[in-house]
Amino acid sequence: MDMKRDYYEDIRLFNSGVVLFWTVALMLVLFTLPLYAPNYYVYLLNIIMVHIILAVGLNILVGSTGQISLGHAGFFAIGAYGTALLMAKLQIPFVVALLAAAFIAAFFGFILGLPALRLEGPYLAIASLGFGLTITHIIGGVDLFGGRMGVKVPPLDLGISQLGVSWVLKTDFQKYYLILIITILMVVGARNILKTRVGRSFVAIRDSDIAAEVIGVNLTIYKTLAFAVSAFYAGIAGGLFGFILGFFDPFTFNMILSIIFLVMVVVGGLGTVSGGIMGACLITYLQYDLLKNIGEVPYFGAFMVTISQLWFTTVGLENFSSMAIGLIMIGIIIFEPLGMFGIWIRMKKYWMTWPF
Amino acid sequence: MDYFKVEDLCISFGGLKAVNNVAFNVEKNSIFSIIGPNGSGKTTIFNMISGIYKPDLGRIVFAGENLVGLTPDRIARRGVARTFQNIELFSNATVMDNLLLGRHIHMKTGVFTGAFLWGRGSRAAREEIRNREIVEGIIDFLDLQSVRNHFVASLPYGKRKLVEVGRALAVEPKILLLDEPSAGMNTEEKQDLNIWIKDIQAECDVTILLIEHDMNMIMGISDRIFAINHGEKIMEGLPQEVQSHPEVIKAYLGEER
Repeated sequence: MDMKRDYYEDIRLFNSGVVLFWTVALMLVLFTLPLYAPNYYVYLLNIIMVHIILAVGLNILVGSTGQISLGHAGFFAIGAYGTALLMAKLQIPFVVALLAAAFIAAFFGFILGLPALRLEGPYLAIASLGFGLTITHIIGGVDLFGGRMGVKVPPLDLGISQLGVSWVLKTDFQKYYLILIITILMVVGARNILKTRVGRSFVAIRDSDIAAEVIGVNLTIYKTLAFAVSAFYAGIAGGLFGFILGFFDPFTFNMILSIIFLVMVVVGGLGTVSGGIMGACLITYLQYDLLKNIGEVPYFGAFMVTISQLWFTTVGLENFSSMAIGLIMIGIIIFEPLGMFGIWIRMKKYWMTWPF
Repeated sequence: MDYFKVEDLCISFGGLKAVNNVAFNVEKNSIFSIIGPNGSGKTTIFNMISGIYKPDLGRIVFAGENLVGLTPDRIARRGVARTFQNIELFSNATVMDNLLLGRHIHMKTGVFTGAFLWGRGSRAAREEIRNREIVEGIIDFLDLQSVRNHFVASLPYGKRKLVEVGRALAVEPKILLLDEPSAGMNTEEKQDLNIWIKDIQAECDVTILLIEHDMNMIMGISDRIFAINHGEKIMEGLPQEVQSHPEVIKAYLGEER
């Protein structure tokens, strides 16, 4: 039954009927979800999808290429500011502005990739951290970018104003479908990149850069390319994120955000597309929903508030989510280094061999 | 005549002259073996040929072009592939992916063509299928079918050595550098390897440079042998000549007092 008859079967998107079935089912759910989910959850799903784009992109860099980045909030900011300002100041159509902003982010990714040719591990982490901080400081200091007052995002108009065509997406409900389609395209794109020549070269650099060079992989090109691709994803994510928020300032893209992004990738599973997706879903949900409202959970919530006030912070649950996410990260690293992806694989194995 | 030659090759690490004034000539489609005790500079010569080390002096000429100063990936594009003494595989990738990586310089798919792998007809898919066919041929040749989709990290040592040979073959090299391919293999595997190396020479139109400690193997398959000790040439010649040369015996077995 598992006999393969064709080389294409190794690289195609749906490698069995079961996968195809569940993918179609998932798509049906995703495309009908806003019809019955409360508006708040549609908003939350939008943010989750934006984070999925970013986490999948960051995973290409951190998981597949083995280069660390603590500056992805910087690329995220470039995407958000780029899209919003190109549309507001230059009246550029949405799709063009989003792509242009993402390419600007990719260019900065390439720039950050240059020192990465010489730096490794903690040194690279510090360099990228500095990059992330610098970007937000520069943006905060330039009036053209709105300075510290922030930027009000123009309406999300899919039409082309120069031609008089206008198709404004106002509600979260409408934006949901736009973001969903872009997310699917980006995720499938990432999967394809990792399945073909460029993705394999990234993995080669991670596993043994000497061997990679000896078989003809140009380290300079592919390392900077990994940064650029990853920054491109962050740029697209940032551009969409701006429209969900409607307003942002430099503090939206702080250092903690960069770290949260890294947590998503590590918790989800390094080096796999589905890992990035799972990590982004879990961490975003925890951060935006569960941990914010944990005080309302009966008994347990009140207990946590008491503990939190006693030992950790005077403001109750304000800092609770950062601490909880830190604990999750430590737990994952100790007990399940492959992340949620590893848990998923083990579950799959268990059910495939059940009842043995 | 001068298909591949090394001239006056010197390199030193600090005060140690690892390779000193080494020169040799390799004929096309021959098997040229380099022997010598541990630490005599054999692998250093390979590292200089493949561009990992830059020699202090000397030239490495392949098909009329000096390879010294080129980066390893450019040297690979000129048709020089190698294996490593201590196995440098991509251990978190499957055997298939490792061999496909060997096809890197023969493929063109970039980020954008790769990202738009939509269906069988797309450019990325067509190139992928074509190269998978070639790699499948190598898997067949080296008898790796049973571990085709295994992760390299989970393979036994002998198989990993083979995968590395396979990856070098996937590059379709004109010069193939094999650094102790039989180390860590049992007798049976060594015999197979012996046959494979001969087959590779016959079928792939490739010149092989071989570093090896197994004298049975060396004497059986080499066309010429180059003996080196302390970074300096002892002698070069036919297998029989090298075997009986007093300096070689001295380097390997020590001197009678």
